[in-house]
Amino acid sequence: MENIILNQLSYPILSWTVFLPVIGALFLLFMRNATLIRWTTLLVTAATLVISLPLLTTFDKGTYKMQFVEKHGWIPSWGINYFVGIDGISVLFVFLTTLLSILCVLVSWKAIETKVKEFHIAILTLEAGMLGVFVALDFFLFYIFWEAMLIPMFLLIGVWGGPQRVYAAIKFFLYTLVGSVFMLVGIVVLYFIGGNTLDILALSAVQYPVKLQFWLFLAFFSAFAVKVPMFPVHTWLPDAHTEAPTAGSVILAGVLIKMGAYGFLRFSMPMFPDATKFFMKPMLILSVIAIIYGALVCLAQKDLKRLIAYSSVSHMGFVTLGIFALNSQGLEGGILQMLNHGVITGALFLMIGIIYERTHTRAIADYGGFAGLVPWFAGLFMVLTLASIGLPGTNGFIGEFLILFGAFKAQKIYGVLAATGVILGAGYMLWLYQRIFWEKPNPDWTSGPHPVWDLNLREIAALVPLVALIFWIGFYPDTFLSYMHSSVEHLLENINKRAYAGQENLTARTIMEIF
Amino acid sequence: MLKYILIPLLPLLSFIINILFGRNFIKDKAHWIAVPAVAGSFILAVSAFMDVQAGNVINVNIYNWIVSGNFNVTIGFLIDQLTAIMLIVVTSISTLIFIYSIGYMHGDGGYYRFFSYLSLFVFSMLMLVMANNFLLLYFGWEAVGLCSYFLIGFWFHKKSAADAGKKAFIVNRFGDFGFGLGVILVYLTFGSLDYLKIFSNTGIVLGQTINIFGNDIDLITLICLMLFCGAIGKSAQIPLHVWLPDAMEGPTPVSALIHAATMVTAGVFMVARCNPLFSLSHTAMNTVAVVGGVTAIFAATIALVQNDIKRVIAYSTVSQLGYMFLALGVGAYSAGIFHLYTHAYFKALLFLGSGSVIHALHNEQNMQNMGGLKKYMPITYGVFILATLSITGIPPFAGFFSKDEILWRAYSGGELGKFLWLLATVAALLTAFYSWRLIFLTFHGRFRGTHEQEHHLHESPRVITVPLMLLAIGAVAAGWVGIPPLLMEHGDKIGEFLAPVLGHPHGEGSHAEEMMVMGMSILVAAAGWFIAYQMYVKKTDLPMKVGAMFQPLYKLLYNKYYVDELYSRIFVQPVLKLSDKVILGFFDAKIIEGVVNGVPNLIGAFSNKFRKIQTGLLSNYGLVMAIGALAIIGYIIFMR
Repeated sequence: MENIILNQLSYPILSWTVFLPVIGALFLLFMRNATLIRWTTLLVTAATLVISLPLLTTFDKGTYKMQFVEKHGWIPSWGINYFVGIDGISVLFVFLTTLLSILCVLVSWKAIETKVKEFHIAILTLEAGMLGVFVALDFFLFYIFWEAMLIPMFLLIGVWGGPQRVYAAIKFFLYTLVGSVFMLVGIVVLYFIGGNTLDILALSAVQYPVKLQFWLFLAFFSAFAVKVPMFPVHTWLPDAHTEAPTAGSVILAGVLIKMGAYGFLRFSMPMFPDATKFFMKPMLILSVIAIIYGALVCLAQKDLKRLIAYSSVSHMGFVTLGIFALNSQGLEGGILQMLNHGVITGALFLMIGIIYERTHTRAIADYGGFAGLVPWFAGLFMVLTLASIGLPGTNGFIGEFLILFGAFKAQKIYGVLAATGVILGAGYMLWLYQRIFWEKPNPDWTSGPHPVWDLNLREIAALVPLVALIFWIGFYPDTFLSYMHSSVEHLLENINKRAYAGQENLTARTIMEIF
Repeated sequence: MLKYILIPLLPLLSFIINILFGRNFIKDKAHWIAVPAVAGSFILAVSAFMDVQAGNVINVNIYNWIVSGNFNVTIGFLIDQLTAIMLIVVTSISTLIFIYSIGYMHGDGGYYRFFSYLSLFVFSMLMLVMANNFLLLYFGWEAVGLCSYFLIGFWFHKKSAADAGKKAFIVNRFGDFGFGLGVILVYLTFGSLDYLKIFSNTGIVLGQTINIFGNDIDLITLICLMLFCGAIGKSAQIPLHVWLPDAMEGPTPVSALIHAATMVTAGVFMVARCNPLFSLSHTAMNTVAVVGGVTAIFAATIALVQNDIKRVIAYSTVSQLGYMFLALGVGAYSAGIFHLYTHAYFKALLFLGSGSVIHALHNEQNMQNMGGLKKYMPITYGVFILATLSITGIPPFAGFFSKDEILWRAYSGGELGKFLWLLATVAALLTAFYSWRLIFLTFHGRFRGTHEQEHHLHESPRVITVPLMLLAIGAVAAGWVGIPPLLMEHGDKIGEFLAPVLGHPHGEGSHAEEMMVMGMSILVAAAGWFIAYQMYVKKTDLPMKVGAMFQPLYKLLYNKYYVDELYSRIFVQPVLKLSDKVILGFFDAKIIEGVVNGVPNLIGAFSNKFRKIQTGLLSNYGLVMAIGALAIIGYIIFMR
């Protein structure tokens, strides 16, 4: 009990945060009126954010230990507990999830007309599942949440999605499931080797044989790499993003794909320090490929949503690059960039959803001259574009700079190669901006049957918090970075202390022995 | 303290107010917010300048910006002699150009947007020059680039403007790629990004090398060259000069403020700021000098034959920036900054003057369709003459002193000195020629435009001519603070003022040599005028003949050495093709997706085959069982 701090608040804050959306979803079951359902969902998501806020305000930044911990026996015969808690790595993602969920409700207000009740139940259960993943400290609990959130996401894409929704939904489901199966095997192995427990913290303290670490690392890798998604298992993402309804894209980009990187931080790195060091180089290489490859694909994209989806591949490449630089700047930059990407790309998908409601087209070539037609929209989109290309003063810069710094410090060549992604990023984003907002407008939108209109108050309300975060993190990132310091330092210490000496210089022969 | 923070903050406030409320509320009153803000900054800048002159160099940290592990960088300001001069240049010219823009942009649909961006630019530029560390410099550096992008693409409905804006941003990113990595390398080397901490600790870098692909490279040289990459992009030096001429798509006040007087000189400022680092590397210094010298002459040759009035001045800017780098590269940092300062005034004047012409001719920019304007626009003509006398280096106009200082420092300093001096002198000849060519084509002879245009010809309103006249004072007199000691004892006030930051240039030479250099510079300036006069006033058919005689050369220059075409061929097109055809079309769609969709298809195909086994006929099952049983028996009997 020395590496956890029990919840000191008068109520079980994490349980409330996770299960309030579920309770809300249960209430929705008994409702019929669509407007009532929308308002209830909005209220529930807002309440979830509010009750989760003390996590940020009363968080003890001085310790790496798990905080707000709740631990109760659940299935004692298998050593399974209901065990939740957060540290400096997960706290920000709880916040991100609760914030984005509200915005998803707002942006679906007009866009979702069919099966309104089911849609909002899916959103709420999805929120609960995601929050559960970030707070679970017991593998059994974790795996339940991990798989449970797949179902509402699958439904969101498959029911409320675009024309290719069924293909995209099944692809998404199978891809993630195949990855998760290997992780499940890994968890079972851990259970038996690590002393018949599924307590994540306890299992993290065990020193596993090096050979086993490699296999387990790969098993977990297959689950997390698909989620991130890392090159070359990224191709589910563009399809899922493109076909998902706006709320689905926002959650997918904002939170879901963060789980892969979170998994590396929470499981792979602390449990398999030797393997982490050994796989550092391949991971850095894959990251750099993702950065450049994703950016190049973006240059060729003709579909607005697919472009942003592929840009996620590139940006998540930065995240994994930072994480596997294995130094404080890289790790903190990576974690911050996860938050940043959730904010920026979440907002980008929100805006694409908003404009799609007006134009009903995703083909970039159909756009043009929108800066003159919808100036407020164009202005906010510019802010997001700049954040996405990492302009100083925005959150994207802080994340990317720390990551590049960390990568350069760890292995110069990867820092240099990754920095080319910064040039390409400016290329595809500004070109996109030019094609949508500049030059002459398509006459359809000015005088045709479907004139476009600028943002309304509800849409502005959904975007303003994200834009505020962009500048807040851009000018004063300390608010957010300070949450991570202790946990990141502890993680690094742990890796360096527990990894066998000299393991980074594993020879080809050792590798042969392992396989 | 608050005073110094207000210098950049006032324009920032103007930006925020105008961008948020300009569209619906402020509209064509935007200048009522912007002009007082920037004028306020100017007054505070003058006050800060006087503080520095009184010996108070300010270095304050306001708050910790990024803290991560042992990485720590602050938001903080350093106002020393170098910054003080930059503050004066930036805020004084900004104020004049803001006033000018009231007249020039009058009636434009994006009036509030124009003043918003311009305010944001001033804020960014002030952050750039006031930063006390590399990362905050980088902030300003990128932010001015952003404003440049906004303002080049200001008339975004024009495809050429949109393209030019994007081009400027992306070309600059190439430079910033090196610059950013340079900043990281600086931190890893010195453990800080704070200027004063680094500059007081340069000793630790001596003799250190860094291994790149098996070669040991001198660390400080690498750092300087990477930083210099950024300067090449921002200050439009070869090979990243291509964005600046296209940047003329922006409104003319923007060309004057951003693409002549201030932003493009950021590279010069940065190198001068880092002089304690550059001075440690001969290789880096020589690179700076050669890039500057070659750019000076390269751009000047292009300017000889261009017909767009703004493009001539744009290439002239590239060329003059080359001069500044040449000066920095031979160690004459204060000469470089001196030229930056005089150039800001006469070049802003040239641009605003040409804006006045363009305005009068209703957006005509081709000089071949101008001519004879001096009788219609006497004030514009007058200030143009003053600016031209200044840029061509005729004493006692401002440009003479700064250019002469550079020529002399080149001649007397460094191993490459004489060669660089020769380059610079030839460039001075070319400068004089194209500058006077511009004057003669625009203001002399008879009017070659349409009757419609001729009918409307008029001098510009006072809101335009007054800033021109004020700038003309600068173009004439700005150089009087840097009179060479040869002509006047203690005349080089600016050099002495900057000495605490930039040091004294070293180099030797006799008075006679110095006189010779000065005489040469005046001689070539006069020669340039003479040739231009002969060709464009006396014998106006001569340019055609010369052009025809050197047809290939003329075409080469007219097409700007085909650099744009070359870049398009070897970078832009291949990358686009690679991403479309190879990466997306083949690798992503065929290989990866082939496997992803192939596995389920394969499984499907297999199950289809195996499904056929289940025929439901007992005889079939019986047969298979019999074969199986035989096989097992056979295996047991014969193989064991």
